[in-house]
Amino acid sequence: MDNEVAIIGIGLHPFGRTDGLSGQQQGAHAVREALKDAGIAWKDVGVAYGGSQDGGNADALSNQLGLTGIPFVNVANGCATGGSALASVIAAIQSGVAEIGVAVGFDKHPRGAFNPKPKDWGLEDWYGETGLMLTTQFFALKTQRYLHEHGIPEEALVQIAQRAFRNGALTPHAWRRKELSYEEIAESMPVNLPLRKFMFCNPAEGGAAVVLCSARHARKYTANPVIVKAAVMRTRHHGSFEVFNPGLAAQQSPAPTVMASRAAFELAGVGPKDIDVIQIQDTDSGSELIHMAENGFCEHGEQALLLKNGETDIGGRLPINTDGGCLANGEPVGASGLRQVIEICTQLRGQAGLRQVPGTPRLGYTHVYGAPGVSAVTILQAS
Amino acid sequence: MKLDSPLKLACPELLDLDGAEPALMGSRCRACGEVYFPASRGCTRCCATDMEVCSLGSHGHLWSWTLQGFQPKAPYNGGEAEADFRPYGVGYVEMPSGVKVEARLTVADPALLKIGMPMRLTLQAYRQVAGEEPVYTYAFAPV
Ligand SMILES: [Zn+2]
Repeated sequence: MDNEVAIIGIGLHPFGRTDGLSGQQQGAHAVREALKDAGIAWKDVGVAYGGSQDGGNADALSNQLGLTGIPFVNVANGCATGGSALASVIAAIQSGVAEIGVAVGFDKHPRGAFNPKPKDWGLEDWYGETGLMLTTQFFALKTQRYLHEHGIPEEALVQIAQRAFRNGALTPHAWRRKELSYEEIAESMPVNLPLRKFMFCNPAEGGAAVVLCSARHARKYTANPVIVKAAVMRTRHHGSFEVFNPGLAAQQSPAPTVMASRAAFELAGVGPKDIDVIQIQDTDSGSELIHMAENGFCEHGEQALLLKNGETDIGGRLPINTDGGCLANGEPVGASGLRQVIEICTQLRGQAGLRQVPGTPRLGYTHVYGAPGVSAVTILQAS
Repeated sequence: MKLDSPLKLACPELLDLDGAEPALMGSRCRACGEVYFPASRGCTRCCATDMEVCSLGSHGHLWSWTLQGFQPKAPYNGGEAEADFRPYGVGYVEMPSGVKVEARLTVADPALLKIGMPMRLTLQAYRQVAGEEPVYTYAFAPV
């Protein structure tokens, strides 16, 4: 395809807790890092899309980066904010709006679990008042049902968390860099059974940005551009099991992840077996377990065996969340999707250090999923 | 379920308390028959807006469950001091129409909860604060 778009710069403000820096300052830091990586200046950028959930408007980053007059669009798509920003920049470059574009996500959440308001979600007060409106509860109910339907033992949930912290320990910019034993995870506080404390990621802070341009011109800027083969976002259909639903439909239908994944594979002209390194949404161990199959990387129920055999480890056949994912990095909602893209770019460039996937990975995959039933997938290729 | 004095309910519009047992209320799409809980003004399945109120009944089967292990932040208003918080059960119960209703459960012991077990609708005083009238919500109990 001669209309392809490439990533020529990546930049991160490390996730975790950074007292004294606002979310926007962390977002601006990430953009500057990405510009430096691409060897360009902010004035060279012709279009930008970005967003955060709790960190304020993305276009206010211009106050720190420079008021160059470019179209800077605010994106608000929950966990899919980064993916939506990326897809929008790609479309803008393909349609000739600009030669170079930036996608940025950042956030700074209050400590502790999110506490959403029923009215914001079109729900009545009783749903919150009686103690039913909690995201952790939803993930637990979905995981419990999934384990039951597919005969998966709870130890798979422990193994996912164990691998996340093992990989986090190898990642210099990760928030949680301490390995945890099987027992430490399996005996941690029962937050919402079957999910326990160390099986959940925490809301956090951080920023992530990528610089993109037409693949034709990418080598002007970098020796190792990463080609975006697909960047797709989808929302739920009727019957999908989503967060904040007092009632579920009689007939279940495939999740938005399934739709986004299928569309991305079709667009890229490759299949799950061609992918060398994978990032999938791990808000909690149960979500990652479900997403392994929903993205087509295994059959439903096959996960327990893959995990037991170490196939999802860095040296395995399906390396998943090589930087420790959300579990080890925390989840600044606006930045999370672009962190995944940055980790895949780092792997495809062969720059991932101790956590580098062996061989020369050529194709990478990212997946986010979140409220109220959105998913974004990218497929990235080394050049 | 005739009551001597009306209970204070968090969600009176969801319940029919005039029969022998409490029953949950929902709605049905007149165009395609899809059933909703709580009652919906439109059908997300077929996009029609002609809905009728219907009873979902009082009995179902446990479809999934969890325990709420920590005290939720507001808007939760159980009212207990943090030290007095006790985990409570939460589940989805599949009703005869197939719709699954999210509800508090009257038991919070993993040994007593099994997917597929029969459940019946009841009322639970989820907010009990000294000097105040208790506030009830719908809940499911093992049969
Ligand atoms: Zn309908």
